[in-house]
Amino acid sequence: MTGLLERYAEVAGSDAVMQLRQLAEPLQGMKVVHVNSTKVGGGVAEILSQLIPLLRELGLDAEWHVIEGSPAFFVCTKKFHNSLQGAPDLPFEEELQIYERVNAENAERLAPVLKEAEVVFIDDPQPAAMIRYFPQRKGKWIWRCHIDASHPDRRVWKYLRQFLKDYDASIFSLPDFARMLPHPQYVIPPAIDPFSGKNCELSEEFIQGVVKDFNLDPSCPLLVQISRFDRFKDPLGVIKAFRLAKSFFPSAQLVLAGGGATDDPEGGTVLAEVHAAALGDPAIHVLELPSDAHRIVNALQRVAWIVLQKSLREGFGLTVTEALWKGKPVIGGNAGGIRLQVINHHTGFLVSSPEGAAMRIRYLLQRPENARRMGEKGRRYVRENFLMTRLARDHLTLMLALLHRETERIDTTQWKS
Amino acid sequence: MTFVIKDCALISMATGLRAGNLSEFKATLALAPLECVYHHFWGALLHTQFDDPEFKNDFAVWVYRELRDDVLAEMLAVLDPADYADLGDLRSDIIELIEQRLEQKEWLAWVPAVRPFYFLRSQIVVFDTGKRADSVEELAELMPELSAGSVFYHVIDARRRSPVGCDDFSAWLVGLGEEYAPLCHSLAEIDPYFGSLTDLRWQLVEAFRTFLEGRGRA
Repeated sequence: MTGLLERYAEVAGSDAVMQLRQLAEPLQGMKVVHVNSTKVGGGVAEILSQLIPLLRELGLDAEWHVIEGSPAFFVCTKKFHNSLQGAPDLPFEEELQIYERVNAENAERLAPVLKEAEVVFIDDPQPAAMIRYFPQRKGKWIWRCHIDASHPDRRVWKYLRQFLKDYDASIFSLPDFARMLPHPQYVIPPAIDPFSGKNCELSEEFIQGVVKDFNLDPSCPLLVQISRFDRFKDPLGVIKAFRLAKSFFPSAQLVLAGGGATDDPEGGTVLAEVHAAALGDPAIHVLELPSDAHRIVNALQRVAWIVLQKSLREGFGLTVTEALWKGKPVIGGNAGGIRLQVINHHTGFLVSSPEGAAMRIRYLLQRPENARRMGEKGRRYVRENFLMTRLARDHLTLMLALLHRETERIDTTQWKS
Repeated sequence: MTFVIKDCALISMATGLRAGNLSEFKATLALAPLECVYHHFWGALLHTQFDDPEFKNDFAVWVYRELRDDVLAEMLAVLDPADYADLGDLRSDIIELIEQRLEQKEWLAWVPAVRPFYFLRSQIVVFDTGKRADSVEELAELMPELSAGSVFYHVIDARRRSPVGCDDFSAWLVGLGEEYAPLCHSLAEIDPYFGSLTDLRWQLVEAFRTFLEGRGRA
C-alpha cells in the first residue's frame, strides 16, 4: 500500500474510495492493458500516467504501453485526428499503408502482453488497427475515443470503422461524439488527478518564482490559456480577444503556454503563426514549455485571474478541469467537452467568437466577486464529477459489465454474497 | 430485519440514436429502447445541479432550449414519470403530446434544433455503504447522512425493482408490522420527481421524524 487510496479519500471522500474497492474486488489480479501513442504530452498520456497507478493500487495488474511510429505514421494519424474533428484532411493511400504497417509492427511487438490481457483499452485512432492482428483474442477490447468526433469526415470514419466495429465496447467523452457501432458505447468523461504535478498544491515561493521567471506582474490582470499549439485551440482567436479586452484593461497580460506532443507534427507551424501574431506586444507571453513542465503549468493556472480555453473543437479539455479545480472561472469555446464543464454563469462562460471572449473577459475583470464565486462552484463541480476516482469507477464498471455480460445492473453487493 | 443502505451511480451509454428536429425526435423515440425514457426522465436527478431547473426531464429541456418551443416544453415538463407503472405508456403519452402540438403548428416538425438530441440509456452500479439499521429509529438517525445515490437507489430505482412499485423503505416497514402503516402512508405521499434528491432526502427525514415524534407522544 502506498497510501494513494487514502489520499484520494481525503479529497474525493471515503465513499468514493470504498466504491472503488468494491468494484475492484472481483477483478483482483486481472491483467488490464492500456495502449496509446505517446508517453508524454497531451491529455491521454496524463490520464494514463495517473489511472494506471490507481488501478494497480486497487489490485489490478494494470500496464500501459506506447506504440512506436515513424514521422510519416504520425502525419497520417494527425490527418485522422483533423478529419474526425471535422476538418477534412484525407490521408493518401500510401499513408494508410504506413498506418496499417505500423499497427502490424506494434501488434507483433506487443503480442505477448496483449494476448495475455483480459481487458485491453486502445486509446484513439493511432493504435486502433492493431485489433485486426488478434483474431483469436480472448480478452475484451475497448476503444477509447478522446476526440471530438461529432462531425467526422465520412471517408475517414468509414475507413476507421472497419477496425472499430470489432471492439467489444467503445468509450466517448460526450454523447455527441458517439457513432453507430455494433457494440455498447459508454459515455465516460475524462478526469484529473488532484495529486499530479499539474494539480497539486504549490508553495507560494515556487509560484512567485514562475511569475518572476516569465516576467509577469501578479498585480495586473492575467489571462492564461494552456494548450498545445494547435489550430483547433484557436490561439490566434485568443490573441484577438485579448487585444479587444485590453483596450478596457490596458495593464492586462496574456500567457499562451503549451507543450509539444510527440504525436503532433503540426505544432511547430502553429507556434510560428502565434509568435508572428504576438510580435511586438510585450503583454503577450508565448511560452513553449517542455511536455513535463507540469508544475509550471500548475503555477500559471494558479496565478491566472481568468483561464481561457477558446477551442473550436475539443474532445474534453482537461485544462478546463484543471483550472476549475484551482478555483478559476473559465471562458471556454462552445465546443465538445468544454460544454460539459463550463456551465454558463456558474463555472464560467461559453463563447463562440473572439468578440464573445473579449466581452466575458471584460465582465469577469469588472466583477471579481462573481469571478470568485464561479471559481468556488467550479472546484466543487470538479470534485463531484471529474476526479480520477470517478474515472476509475466508470472503467471498473465497464470491465465488470463486459466480463459478466451485464447490460443494465452491476450490483457489487450481490456478487459479494 | 436489518435494512442495508446501498448507494448507486449511473453510467451513461450512447445508443447512437439522435434527432435533429421534432419529426425525427418523435420517430426515433418510438423506436428507442425504453431504458432511454427512464434515463432521460430520472437520470438528471443524479447530476450536479447549480440551480432549480425550470424543466425536470431532458426531453422538455431539449424542446425548450434547442427547438425554442415553450408550449411543448411545458406540456412535456408536466409529465410525472412516477405516475406511470409502465415506461411504454409514458413514451406513448410523450408521442401523443408531440402529435397534439404538431396539429397546432405543423411547421414545427421541421425546425432544425440548435443542437441534436442524443438518446442515452444508463447502467446502474450498486454499492454497499456498510451502513445498517436494525430499527426504524436507527434508520431515521442515518437518514440525514444518505448520499444522493442512496436516495436514488432506495426510492427511485426501488420502484423499478419492486413488483408493486414501492420504495425500499416502505417495503422494509411493511415487514416490520402494521404499526408502521402510517409512516408507509406518509412515504407514499412524497413526490420523488418534483424536487432534487436533496429535497427528497429531507422529505424522508421529515416523514420519519414526524412519525417517531407522534409515536413518542402516544
